[in-house]
Amino acid sequence: MIPRPDPTLETLVLNMGPQHPSTHGVLRVVLKLDGEYVLEAHPVIGYGHRMHEKMGEVRNVSGFYANVGRMDYAGALSFGHGHVLAVERMLGIEVPPRAEYIRVITTELNRIASHLLWFGAFLLDLGAFTPILYSFDDREYILDLLEHVTGARLTFSYFRVGGVNRDLDERFIQGTRVFIRRMRSRFEVYHKLVTGNVIFRKRVEGVGVISPDMIRKYGATGPVARGSGIPYDIRRVEPYSVYSEFDFDIPTFPEGDCFARYRVRLAEMEQSLRIVEQALDRLPDGPVMVEKVPKKLKLGPGEVYQAVEAARGELGYYLVGDGTDVPYRLKIRPPSYSNLSLLNELAEGVLLADLVAIMGSLDLVIPEIDR
Amino acid sequence: MIRYFREIFEGLWSLLVGLKVTGRFALAPTVTTHYPFDELEVTPNYRGHIDLVVNPKTGKDKCIVCMMCQRACPSGCITVKGQKPEGAKKRVLTEYRLDFTKCSLCGNCVEACPTSAIEFSHEYNIAGTSRHDFHYDLVERFRDRCRTLGVEPKIADLTPVATKPKPEREKTESQGDRKPDG
Ligand code: SF4
Ligand code: SF4
Repeated sequence: MIPRPDPTLETLVLNMGPQHPSTHGVLRVVLKLDGEYVLEAHPVIGYGHRMHEKMGEVRNVSGFYANVGRMDYAGALSFGHGHVLAVERMLGIEVPPRAEYIRVITTELNRIASHLLWFGAFLLDLGAFTPILYSFDDREYILDLLEHVTGARLTFSYFRVGGVNRDLDERFIQGTRVFIRRMRSRFEVYHKLVTGNVIFRKRVEGVGVISPDMIRKYGATGPVARGSGIPYDIRRVEPYSVYSEFDFDIPTFPEGDCFARYRVRLAEMEQSLRIVEQALDRLPDGPVMVEKVPKKLKLGPGEVYQAVEAARGELGYYLVGDGTDVPYRLKIRPPSYSNLSLLNELAEGVLLADLVAIMGSLDLVIPEIDR
Repeated sequence: MIRYFREIFEGLWSLLVGLKVTGRFALAPTVTTHYPFDELEVTPNYRGHIDLVVNPKTGKDKCIVCMMCQRACPSGCITVKGQKPEGAKKRVLTEYRLDFTKCSLCGNCVEACPTSAIEFSHEYNIAGTSRHDFHYDLVERFRDRCRTLGVEPKIADLTPVATKPKPEREKTESQGDRKPDG
């Protein structure tokens, strides 16, 4: 229930958003405040609803390629990955190994870009302006690399059922190697500039502690779950694509506060770099697309659920086919939706300024929640 | 008591460490490009709106008016029309309209084209004052591009082909009867 103002009580009902700078998009949170303390926080969603799921039911599979990137504009490739994997699983298509490696390389680069965007935006929420300039400098390198191979900077629509639509070239591979070296040296800058900073530490340590029970109760995933000590990562617990061939860690921090989530994401970027490096070293030759993909992709009858690890957590596609080339149902389980759902319980009794830090640390992407 | 002072000292020190980073980067060369005085080079793979491929030698297009692109487009932005010149066997392209306001740059049209008759342009400096500015007539653009390349455009050429006389029958194909809105 959204709280209504009550003149007999000494509480204040305050709208945060839908155009609040710290909600990163059109999220509205109705707050009930007692002074500076939050009593209740009710997220109101739907401002960015664009009927992506419905479009999935009226368009054929290739018509939906453009939609997946629009849901999560920060980590568009993981959304594309889940979509094509679900369809491929339903149709039993074997993707050439080179294509799968390319998917992993680009998705991991995209994950780093997404975390860098989060890094900048989160600190911006906390009032630190300069870090975003550093992180966007690095992010720019990734976007240039991805633009070179996919042709777009944000909404890539690069993955196709049966492969990817363009092969990697030498320039991308060399550029990525240079980037890996550069990025490794940049973490030190981030740690010096931000991680050790006393003001930052005071604002995030011990703030917004999420217990593992709460994570399980609300089904939160991704860095939010790993920041509470739950080593749940789809790449490890339910390996898809070629992730089982790489050697990487799942960073977890048990504290459960905003600082733990921050450290999870920074550590994850390093792991993603490791994956990219290994994948580049072992990149097999061969085609990047299955030879014969039927023009009309007849889906089903049947159903599949395919989960992938997006930058924000578990992303699931539940695809039901009825024998035609248009899905009967395409349900999407976006990670941010579940991560946002714990906000009300989490916000009880915190300071208003801390709520901004908590929401920032959840890394919400609103179009993905609203779909 | 000692802890209190140590905390203060460590806090101040962490700020100094951060300031040192700031100082180092303040003296480093700029990483940004001063647009519009400088411009970045666009990668050859950039996906702008679509354009018809020009054969730079003959000034011809490659379209066979098969309508695959129009059918592949999930947003319905493409309108293709063709006509058979008198006496010819194949249709020639007479009209290719792109409603760029609806295009999601998915690339399905380019992939669907059997003759690779369309490509992505590299235009990114696109701005307009009304949405009609984005209803492109690609045939017109084709002619302009031919002229900049210095070839005579040979598109939508409906001059009758001299073959053995046939009963007069001109057929206008109009599968693409979607009007540009507005
Ligand atoms: S890129 Fe996609 S949306 Fe744009 S015209 Fe081609 S098929 Fe249509
Ligand atoms: S798919 Fe290619 S050849 Fe066919 S109508 Fe479109 S542009 Fe012309």
